[in-house]
Amino acid sequence: MAANTPNQNTNMAIIGKPLDRVDGHLKVTGIATFVAEFNQPNMAYAFPVRSTIAKGSITGFDLILAEKSGGVISILTHENAPRLQPFDPLEIKKTGGFLAENLIPLQDNKVHYFGQFIAVVLAETFEEARHAATLVKVSYAKEKADADLNEALLKSSVREGAQLNKGQASAIIETSNLKIEQTYTTPAQNHHPMEPHAAIAIWDGADKLTLYDSTQVIVGMRNITAYFFKLKPEDVRILCPYLGGGFGGKSPAAHNILAAMAGKKINRPVKLVITRQMMQTNVGRRSPTIQKVALACDLQGKLTVIRHQNSSYSNLTDFSEPVGIQTQVLYNAPVREITHQIAKLDMNAPTYMRAPGHAVGSFALESAIDEMAYELRMDPVQFRILNHASTDPVKKINFSSNHLLECFQIGVEKFGWASRKIQPRQTRNGQWLVGYGMATSVHHGVRRPATVRIQLSNDGMATVMTASQELGTGTYTILTQTAADALGIAVGKIKVLVGDSDLPPAPFAAGSSTTASVNPAVLAAGELLRCELMRIAIADPKSKLNGRNTKDISFADSKLYLSSDISISDSYKDIMRRNNRETMQASATATPGGAASGATVAPCGPSMDQDQNYDTHKYSFHSFGAHFVEVWVDEDLGTIRVKRVTTVQDIGRVMNEKTARSQVIGGVIFGIGAALMEETVFDNRWASPVTRTLADYHVPVNLDVPPIDVHFIGKPDPHISSIGSKGVGEVGIVGVSAAIANAVFNATGKRLRNLPFTPDKLFV
Amino acid sequence: MKEGNENLRLTEAEKDLFNQVMPEDLAEIVTGGIQRRHFLKLLTVTGGALLAFQLFDNHEVFAQSLITNSTVGIENGVKVAFMVNGQKKQIEVDSRMTLLDTLRERLGLTGSKKGCDQGQCGACTVIVEGRRVLSCLTLAATCEGKSVTTIEGLANGLELHAMQAAFIKHDSFQCGYCTSGQICSAVALMTEVKNGEASYVTPDIRLPGHSLRLSDDEIRERMSGNICRCGAYPNINNAIKEVYSGKDVPQTWQFSS
Amino acid sequence: MRPFKYSTTNDINVAVKMLQVKGHAKLLGGGTNILDLMKEDVEHPEELIDITGLSYTQIKSISSGPNAEGISIGALCKNTDTANDPIIRQNFPLVAQAILAGASAQIRNMATNGGNLNQRTRCSYFYDIAMPCNKREPGAGCAAIEGINKMHAIFGWSKDCVAVHPSDLCVALVALDAIVKVMGAGGKERLIQFSDYHRLPGTDPQKDNNLQQEEIITEIQLPKNNFASKSYYLKVRDRSSYAFALVSVAAAIEMAGNQIKQVRIAMGGVSHKPWRAYEAEQFLINKTPDEANFNLAAELEMRNAKPLKHNKFKVELGIRTMVRALTQAMNGGKHT
Repeated sequence: MAANTPNQNTNMAIIGKPLDRVDGHLKVTGIATFVAEFNQPNMAYAFPVRSTIAKGSITGFDLILAEKSGGVISILTHENAPRLQPFDPLEIKKTGGFLAENLIPLQDNKVHYFGQFIAVVLAETFEEARHAATLVKVSYAKEKADADLNEALLKSSVREGAQLNKGQASAIIETSNLKIEQTYTTPAQNHHPMEPHAAIAIWDGADKLTLYDSTQVIVGMRNITAYFFKLKPEDVRILCPYLGGGFGGKSPAAHNILAAMAGKKINRPVKLVITRQMMQTNVGRRSPTIQKVALACDLQGKLTVIRHQNSSYSNLTDFSEPVGIQTQVLYNAPVREITHQIAKLDMNAPTYMRAPGHAVGSFALESAIDEMAYELRMDPVQFRILNHASTDPVKKINFSSNHLLECFQIGVEKFGWASRKIQPRQTRNGQWLVGYGMATSVHHGVRRPATVRIQLSNDGMATVMTASQELGTGTYTILTQTAADALGIAVGKIKVLVGDSDLPPAPFAAGSSTTASVNPAVLAAGELLRCELMRIAIADPKSKLNGRNTKDISFADSKLYLSSDISISDSYKDIMRRNNRETMQASATATPGGAASGATVAPCGPSMDQDQNYDTHKYSFHSFGAHFVEVWVDEDLGTIRVKRVTTVQDIGRVMNEKTARSQVIGGVIFGIGAALMEETVFDNRWASPVTRTLADYHVPVNLDVPPIDVHFIGKPDPHISSIGSKGVGEVGIVGVSAAIANAVFNATGKRLRNLPFTPDKLFV
Repeated sequence: MKEGNENLRLTEAEKDLFNQVMPEDLAEIVTGGIQRRHFLKLLTVTGGALLAFQLFDNHEVFAQSLITNSTVGIENGVKVAFMVNGQKKQIEVDSRMTLLDTLRERLGLTGSKKGCDQGQCGACTVIVEGRRVLSCLTLAATCEGKSVTTIEGLANGLELHAMQAAFIKHDSFQCGYCTSGQICSAVALMTEVKNGEASYVTPDIRLPGHSLRLSDDEIRERMSGNICRCGAYPNINNAIKEVYSGKDVPQTWQFSS
Repeated sequence: MRPFKYSTTNDINVAVKMLQVKGHAKLLGGGTNILDLMKEDVEHPEELIDITGLSYTQIKSISSGPNAEGISIGALCKNTDTANDPIIRQNFPLVAQAILAGASAQIRNMATNGGNLNQRTRCSYFYDIAMPCNKREPGAGCAAIEGINKMHAIFGWSKDCVAVHPSDLCVALVALDAIVKVMGAGGKERLIQFSDYHRLPGTDPQKDNNLQQEEIITEIQLPKNNFASKSYYLKVRDRSSYAFALVSVAAAIEMAGNQIKQVRIAMGGVSHKPWRAYEAEQFLINKTPDEANFNLAAELEMRNAKPLKHNKFKVELGIRTMVRALTQAMNGGKHT
């Protein structure tokens, strides 16, 4: 292990290594315990009842049959459910929590969308609850529901997004000879993490609640639950040691509140796990989008205008798909116009889904860029290089780091892009037309405040604690690595605790922000502990380091030693035992854009580096990348197979080569799904999805996925944090569907502008 | 922990641990005290010290208790006796209860996961009578006399099954929710290949089974009944390739500098 | 899932009797479809009779009778065992391919052949009890005909039902003129031509097939044929595996010199029953097996298609899939 010196930046020796996941053993043996698996004594099972109309009101329930059904304990409806603190956006904002959908269940008789939870049956067993739920009879006063996006858009107004030289776009486009004006559409998509949303509510009296909850928002969920149930936040505990995927779809939502309400009502622990069908109707989705992109060029191929007009729907939330987001940072063009039009539909709230905005916005923008390049008969990589924005083109500030050109260069070489023909339909392999396509990926880099506490025991073990989250992203592993470097302690002696709202607060696990946010606090807390150990050792007459100067002392292998003579050392264990310290703790909060602050049990006053990082006024923070794909198209049958992918990612410092690669691969596969098959189809007569299950809402299976070759730039971002890691969880999906569309065009000469590219699309 | 028959009072945390990992022995331990064989089995089941540390130390977070719901009052109760991971289980279930819910809700074996509950994801895959099946579409009542292997039964003592070890090495999972099903599926796949069973992508279905070669496409098609939303497929396939071939499959990623 | 009584029997006559007496009893084989439907509250038998203990699991040659030299496949034989039986793979590769095109390995390990015949449509309106469906609830109306009907029928539908039969195996079986052997009341057996087994929806789409309430499938018989070297099952779907067919085609050819002596073509994903393409077959007899003829035959067949709002592509896709399947069959039926 490399030697580290306390008052200097920690060396990154373990950070970056392709460590196997520390929770791997638990996961391959089936012992890792997910939320629905924390069964409780005397626990009841809950099964929700959903509305079968999209809009209107409930005029009555007939519960006679359901209540008589075997094992039924109680049935909650709006008529008898506990009344919660009313939804008040300002008050909720104050708590720091939020709801994916601004609708508290069972508080009134209004129906806002098809499938809304309108009752919940509680029974002794799952089988009994599920059956009785089918016996609940509901009568409604039905109203006409808006379900058609195009129609609803007519009733909405256009909102201005980012603009450069406002008002000039139309005139330039009109007069330009080199231009593209096209409409692209993306369908509603659903997250479908493999673990269905689950909650187990355990009340201790009337004012203490423990909620095992499959949520990405540990602290926010605690705060909002406390708000609704009028509890003190410290009397609510949210627990989720493992999350079976989230992808943005596991925000605080109705089902977890329902479980808590139900538990309160019957004064028993209650388990509520939603069905896969409910994951199509009750936990948010990505809105469908209609996007009009216009580009114009001068004769040299320099973009003169980028116009991106997008529309989507929203309901029961302030959120709308931020579709123009990548169009604000990619490409130089003197005139830029981004507009949003949000229609209201009588459907459940749209929400964050892996790379909100970017994932679908880049489909349109990066397809249009490819179309423009083809108009110019220019190689699309060359076209992108020609129009590359080396500084943020809208904010007019520097990027914190931007190695996109290097991504292109490496991708071109590793993929073998040079053999691509500009003219389509040039390569055939038996029944297959072969095409190459590429696209840029980008995702903003986000950092939020986070607090980490580390406890060192005199048996040599260290425990890292923070209310962050493991949703498969590798949090346990990466925090372990960072702590190993911060403390000079072997990985095997570090234990990480996350997924518990009683731990020091951390941001919600979304927006590719966890690594950038939490790990700096680990470093800071580790440094505080080291300093404290050093202070004790220097003051301890029995220590070999007694009386030494802090600047002469280094640390590694769980000990402090003299930098000039490694044999003069004192182990953490010995220091603590001699000084009667069973445990030592340090807690640090890393706040972006400001100084890190913290306090040990007995502060030794180290000179903490001023963390002036993540100043969003000074720098524009983004991960970048480029995807190169080869597709084979069977034109007769309309089938498209992605045969290989090369992806080059500039994500700053790579925290763990193994898990980062997996995240990128996962993002690319999400993109393949979006490109080729994923679509939530609604029957507008009911405003209900006809793709009710995983047999109808197709996500990629193993055979759909080719080898994916991942390359990292690996250069730390100097401005996001002392570690220099930008986000990796979402950038991988961005641009994939465009790269595939571009490859399909290269293969067939057919331009597909409407996701997904199912076989029928090639027959239009 | 002491040897012998000396009664030892377990802490709540310890009870919870045993509840979680070896529920079948809990009653015996609580009444008769912990014995050396229990401890050995604990190590076996949990795979060693690291895990024991994780479980012991993390008190409530890992405190999963086993609930054996009373069967009193259950309509259409069916008594069923079957083997799970080599141990005999005898229970009475609601006729509607699936094997999956029986494992998860009644036997404390929560390694098998419920992803869709209707045969569309593969997360609940277990091995019954040597074959991979979906436990969500299997009624517990139909398991009378049968032998079931779940993810919890694959390791041999402290030693992980080769497929489990390869899954860790190749990072063949992220969230871990589909993993139990993927591994059970992959383990059964090895037998299917040994038996020469064909798949839709087998080039010539008429050729006898012993000519089968497990190509990349064969692995992909045969594993297509197990959905992984995190997108670990390429890593899953590498793990399977490694176990199938007995040769190291390299893990590759590259840096620009 | 409503409460039901679970019972088992090893005696087919007892099982038949139980079905006869108990109008609300259903059979349980592999369970891969009935349990799913019961969880959705689409099916709600009061009793499930587990018949996996019955002995109809064998695959054996038929020594006498009208189907001598053919093969008999047990109704309770698992899909996997059927697809991997050496005789099936060698002499009826179309059957093996069709089975392997369906579902996943896990499901094929569970599902029985008889159950495959009797599986129900995957029309999402049929599955969603909040939607009207004549098949689920006669007289309720059909939501699909004016709804989202990309996956639905282009042949033989009625105004009461546009659902398709989801099986792959059945497409191969109807192509090969299979015969369904059933056991009825009083130990009375009867044989049903495969093309007569499933029904078109007409005005009573609740009936998927012509099986009587008390009848149980015991065997599927396949007559001897000379198609083994030239047959192919091709399935086109929205993803590359583990999905129901948009269109599938089973094709089998027997040559005489350089002319087609006999040909069998059937389609899946296009009708309430596995669709036998008789017109295309008839056209191809005594023709040379070239792409032009395959095209003409396919177009002739698809002339009669009546697509719905969202499945017009199936007409063209049907033509191309048929041509490709016939071409692949001529090339020895290898998967490419």
